[in-house]
Amino acid sequence: MNDNQYSIEVTNLKKRFGKHQVINDLSIKIPKGKITTILGFSGAGKSTLLKHFLGLIKPDSGEIYVDKLELSSLEDSDLIIFRRKFGMLFQYAALFDSLTAFDNIAFPIREFSDLNNQEIEEKVNSLIQAVGLESHSAQKFPDELSGGMRKRVGLARALALNPSIMLYDEPTTGLDPITTKMVNDLIKKTSDDGSDRMLTSIIISHDVKASLEISDYIAFLEKGEIVEYLPVEDFKKSENPNVLKFLTL
Amino acid sequence: MIKEQGNFFYHHISDFGRFVLKTISGLGKFSNFSSKFFYWLIKPPLRYKLLIEQLYYIGNKSLFIVCLAGIFTGMVLAYQTYFGFKLISVDSLVGPVVAISMARELAPVLTGLIVAGRAGSAMAAQIGTMKVTEQIDALEVMGIDSFQYLAVPRIIAGTLSLPILSIIFLLIGNLGGWFVGTSALMIDEALYFSKLGEFMFIEDIIQGVIKSFVFGFIISLVGTYFGFNVSKGAEGVGKGTNRAVVWGMISVLTVDYFLTSLLVKIL
Repeated sequence: MNDNQYSIEVTNLKKRFGKHQVINDLSIKIPKGKITTILGFSGAGKSTLLKHFLGLIKPDSGEIYVDKLELSSLEDSDLIIFRRKFGMLFQYAALFDSLTAFDNIAFPIREFSDLNNQEIEEKVNSLIQAVGLESHSAQKFPDELSGGMRKRVGLARALALNPSIMLYDEPTTGLDPITTKMVNDLIKKTSDDGSDRMLTSIIISHDVKASLEISDYIAFLEKGEIVEYLPVEDFKKSENPNVLKFLTL
Repeated sequence: MIKEQGNFFYHHISDFGRFVLKTISGLGKFSNFSSKFFYWLIKPPLRYKLLIEQLYYIGNKSLFIVCLAGIFTGMVLAYQTYFGFKLISVDSLVGPVVAISMARELAPVLTGLIVAGRAGSAMAAQIGTMKVTEQIDALEVMGIDSFQYLAVPRIIAGTLSLPILSIIFLLIGNLGGWFVGTSALMIDEALYFSKLGEFMFIEDIIQGVIKSFVFGFIISLVGTYFGFNVSKGAEGVGKGTNRAVVWGMISVLTVDYFLTSLLVKIL
């Protein structure tokens, strides 16, 4: 792969919180248009790494390039604009509880586009269809929706501004097997929607089975370091003892 | 024995040191948070819809409790003043005493305490809940500054609402004082009003209004600060809410003293 084929490039990233070295000299290149899963046990530094990609946390040392843009060179005001290239599905969807599902999805569109009300409604309805949400659910508030439906709304909201990079933070944690499959299918469908926009998907997870099913690449993170990073078929054959331990769980 | 005493002092000194460091660090964080408000105040867009929602919540929804507190404070004050003043035969001064103490102190301070308890706690709880449920992270990921979106409208609304609520408290309180004074304590109505005009000046009201602006700003700043600094789930939200009320009230009472000593010199 040449350098233009990577969405995110991280070199020698280090981050310490107090006495705890959370990220330890981590380097990784995440390919454009592919699904990359970062696997690891709880506390391995997965979420911290994700927040570095977004510029929500500043590294102690090391460099992070997103679409060739070095994050430490950006001012706070530029970072705010930079983050619009990301969409993110949070672990528990993080829907705004004072807004209906429809208004949650419409929120970023209202904030950042000049579309009129009718155009916004059309766009939201197409997103609702794309994530397989029933239209009557759109008028419900988040506390009236099931976990699976909340994830669908969260995904629709994340996709509303056509991001070039989608981040998924533990997308299937706490869901039943049927809903887990539905969310995984949605991630796969979203990543490969037939268009030529090359959506890069990064999943943070500890769900081995799902990761092997939907990912193109898998990185294994342990104690703040990437100890294995391979295409999924090679990852299955990894002989790294820590990966083997994780795969047999 | 000597070693034990040494350990005892060592622990107390290190505890005190930790307390001082924590306080200085907290003050630094709060100052940084406050300065962000002035930065974002002049940076567009000002979110009018959110501002109106907050004005409605802090102002309109506090109206009932403010009126209730105002009328009873005025009535009780008239009663207490009357029995004291009657002993020295100046009971005709009940009206001005009620009005001046209401305008200068009781209206801004009691309204401040009510709003700190009602709206300051709500600000901390709302923002704190949004923080622990990652809603604030969701705003940031969308490219929206959470401080500008959540704190700025609340702080402006708090600063603008409190003077209005305080003036309403003053009017209703005086109405209560007048009612008790003229109907229960049998003070002559004409005397009540003539003395009021003789002793009360516009500066008394201005002093109260200035205090209300400052209290409104501080209460909303403290409420939003503790909301943004919530940690550790539901328990953290509870603690943050509690701190917002306690520190909101302490700030009102402390700042009131310094503001009074300043305003009596310049007004």
